[in-house]
Amino acid sequence: MYPENFRYTKEHEWVRVEGDIGTIGITDHAQQELGDIVYADLPKPGTSVAQGATAGSVESVKAVSDIYAPVSGQVTEINPVLADAPEKLNEDPHGEAWLMKIKLSAPAEIGKLLSAAEYQKYIEAEK
Amino acid sequence: MTPRVQPHISLHEPLLFERSSPGKVAYQLPDLDVPAVNAGEALGTENVRKEIEGFPEVSEVEALRHYTRLSTWNYAIDYGMYPLGSCTMKYNPRVNEVVARLDGLSWAHPYQPEALAQGSMEIMARLEAALAEITGMDAVTLQPAAGAQGELTAILMMRALLAKRGNPRKKILIPDSAHGTNPASAHIAGYAVENIQSSETGVLDVGALERIVDEDVAALMVTNPNTLGVFEENILRAADILHAKGALLYMDGANMNALMGIARPGDFGVDALHLNLHKTFSTPHGGGGPGAGPVAVKKVLEPFLPLPRLKRSGKKWAYDYKRKYSVGRVRAFYGNFGVLVRALAYILANGGPGLRKVTTDAVLNANYVRKRLEPFYDLPYSSPSMHEVVFSDERQAKQGVHTGDIAKRLIDYGFHPYTVSFPLIVHGALMIEPTETETKHELDRFTDAMISIAKEVETDPQMVKNAPYGTRTSRVDEVAAARKPVLRWKPA
Amino acid sequence: MLDVIGVGSVEDLFAHLPEAVRLKQPLDLPAGISEYEVVEYFSARAAENATGYSCFLGAGAYNHFRPVLVDTVVSRGEFLTSYTPYQAEISQGTLTTIFEFQTMICQLTGMDVANASMYDGSTAMAEAAMMAVRATGRGRVLVARSVHPEYRAVLRTYSENQGMPVEEFGYVAEAGTIDLEDLDRKMDDLTAAVIVQSPNFFGIVDQLPAAAEIAHGRGALLIVVFTEAVSLGILRPSAEADIVAGELQSFAIAPSYGGPYAGVIATRDKYVRQMPGRLVGQTVDTRGNRAFCLTLATREQHIRREKATSNICTNQALLALMASVFMTVYGKQGLRELAEQNLAKAHYLSGQLRPRFCGKFFNEFVVKAAGRTPDEINKALLKKKIIGGLPLGRFYPELADSMLLCATEMSRRPDMDVVAEAFQ
Repeated sequence: MYPENFRYTKEHEWVRVEGDIGTIGITDHAQQELGDIVYADLPKPGTSVAQGATAGSVESVKAVSDIYAPVSGQVTEINPVLADAPEKLNEDPHGEAWLMKIKLSAPAEIGKLLSAAEYQKYIEAEK
Repeated sequence: MTPRVQPHISLHEPLLFERSSPGKVAYQLPDLDVPAVNAGEALGTENVRKEIEGFPEVSEVEALRHYTRLSTWNYAIDYGMYPLGSCTMKYNPRVNEVVARLDGLSWAHPYQPEALAQGSMEIMARLEAALAEITGMDAVTLQPAAGAQGELTAILMMRALLAKRGNPRKKILIPDSAHGTNPASAHIAGYAVENIQSSETGVLDVGALERIVDEDVAALMVTNPNTLGVFEENILRAADILHAKGALLYMDGANMNALMGIARPGDFGVDALHLNLHKTFSTPHGGGGPGAGPVAVKKVLEPFLPLPRLKRSGKKWAYDYKRKYSVGRVRAFYGNFGVLVRALAYILANGGPGLRKVTTDAVLNANYVRKRLEPFYDLPYSSPSMHEVVFSDERQAKQGVHTGDIAKRLIDYGFHPYTVSFPLIVHGALMIEPTETETKHELDRFTDAMISIAKEVETDPQMVKNAPYGTRTSRVDEVAAARKPVLRWKPA
Repeated sequence: MLDVIGVGSVEDLFAHLPEAVRLKQPLDLPAGISEYEVVEYFSARAAENATGYSCFLGAGAYNHFRPVLVDTVVSRGEFLTSYTPYQAEISQGTLTTIFEFQTMICQLTGMDVANASMYDGSTAMAEAAMMAVRATGRGRVLVARSVHPEYRAVLRTYSENQGMPVEEFGYVAEAGTIDLEDLDRKMDDLTAAVIVQSPNFFGIVDQLPAAAEIAHGRGALLIVVFTEAVSLGILRPSAEADIVAGELQSFAIAPSYGGPYAGVIATRDKYVRQMPGRLVGQTVDTRGNRAFCLTLATREQHIRREKATSNICTNQALLALMASVFMTVYGKQGLRELAEQNLAKAHYLSGQLRPRFCGKFFNEFVVKAAGRTPDEINKALLKKKIIGGLPLGRFYPELADSMLLCATEMSRRPDMDVVAEAFQ
């Protein structure tokens, strides 16, 4: 369920690192909790984000959930698919519905994140 | 058998633009008694518009039928009870509509000379005095257009007072049970919001308050009775704690229906509060507004009230604009005057003893509902209820049925839903406020319906989850509405 | 009922209140009175106001005919006594009328989307400024002095504690339109919005395209304000505006000594999520039938709390409905004819006087009271049961010798002749 090559946060974001670019999204657990997602509010490309700080939000009809950047850096790209099809976040949160790409400013931060197994354990404990 | 609604004949009616026909008119104007003027010459041809594309073109009878048919798709207090918590959906007296429409009042221009506006000014002065008496406060402003604007006005005044004392401070404490307008208003006034958790009996945790009040705290915003319908028994202590540190106590007066003639905020340490005339004082909700949110304050805040103030000048009323410390204006003109007229009419009709009876009847009704429903719905807090009671859907959730579903099923029994999922401190909340308007007969009808639904949840939960069945539309797709917003009609 | 609850008397239900807070004596208010006495009381107050006067005041509140159908519709209990349409299944009446309202405002203003109402024009303007700040990420706002003075006062109150500096730019003495050079001088890259009213407080059609060029040239938004909605029947809606903030009192909302009125905000699609206030959207129900519901609620206070686009909850729904019925009754043709009548009446009056400004105006204009003071002229007019124009000294010291006169379709020729004479 949770890809091995991703790293996870306790706020239910994932990041997939390739070179110095991190692709970020919300986890399947997050989309389930939110229910039908209607909108993703993402930072403009060029914005700097810091690990743990808010970087946009995801909305259902009756709730808003902040996105917390799993890593620090600069936003290089946001997913164009989400503007017209926010429902993809419910359908494919780990794949087609990635949120944004970040050029990492401190790659060592990855060490602080959870592995797939750790994240799995974490959400089981939360229940 | 508990009666349920019958689907009624509800004519399909298209949108105005879909039933328009070129050339149809519904208006009449007298002939001009002066020469017509060429628009292009008078305004400059570049300033003259083309036709208003798509604007309605219907006849008078079509216009009337259109709105009449649409109106039949609405529920209303005139039909039956709205048990909405903290909304105080009481009867809207029709005499109030008559007096608000008296020509001398409804055609009064806000800038007409004071000598020709004495009637309006007397009405406002009389209402200010009555509200001050009811709340036990020293001065009242009628300017704010709604409760939220009242909150903002009061916070601006408190900020001005604190600034004058040397430090406006940085944050406002708000209980986690508060209405959403509280933090939103605090934010507009430039304050950070700090949440304060309720105790496990659902009231303000004065221990926690004592720990977090410091010189950065400008005020605590509290609703009393709170959004659980419970009186904040520690409010005097809370006021002392705040005042000792130079902070102020603000009260959201939305639940004033529980206090009239019984207790007064001015007597329990409140420095400023707002009232909702469209709740406690019977002015009609009109599908979402208008309302009015007067603010009542203690003397210490009086200099900061919005201007102008009414003042006595010999035997007449006059406006005082020379208010050095006033926070200024929060809206143009003087206030939602038409709403103020209706509220004063209500106060005059009830009088002192009548208002007290409003409160005691409201509290009696809420407690009756609570007792009747307690065997069937989980009561998260056992503290005494005042004018409203909050249950949770804990028992029904075991069958997969939630407060929202129960609310929709209630519609099939001929009632508007209660307040769903608020306050946030109760998971799956059902917030019920019957008001004093409802008779025992109606309350029995309501509680019978709720009891019937509780039984339906046990035997046929899926049926409850798919309610309502007797309405013009079934459940609407709010997700699609938010994903692809269509916010206006467009021609094909 | 007391038996069911298990108490002896109603007073027992309050026994748990702390002794110190209990009221020990009754409220000092007289006993209640009957319905007839209520009407009597207010009739007496109404008689203490002006009755039987012709009124030439405008300045943000206008005398227009109110089609009879308006009160017929809004007096229906289903509209008057219903609540905010949170429960869509039993509120399709209200929701449909709001959807139509939003549409008609877009048609009138040329904007893409409109909300379901604000408290009034003044708070609509303040909220539009806050919206522009959010949308641009900039902090500063420029507002024309020819915008209604009370609207500017409200803007100041709202902006003071949000780190939103507000600066004013002037108007040109001859034309009464905005001083473009002054605007250009004060404009910078920190400005979120330029606010201009048209027709402005002096009644004059203002320089919107030129203002837009200056604003847009530096990346700011143009906010266009209107106080006289009837003007939209004949004036070209601003294609350059990014946000329109207006007052709809002219549309069958009685002047009612200043309120309740109905403000509205309209804007381009791209700013919709920054809008304050309720929005009604079209959708379908489970049977596939068209239905309407409140939408994009995550902008609002009940969900977003301190991060909401506004603190507004209760709005002016019933007044917006009055405006809708008005727009329906007048319709495409009627609103134009109504505006033309206003133009004719005001220009008939101005033709007998000398307007102070040379700018083109709709139904209001400024006249100097040569030889006397505006107060003296008004005093003379009152004796003839005419309420004259608004003396401007209270808002514009440099115009203390002048008054703002308004003539609408309700103004009668004989009365206008008397007004004109009073200036001779």
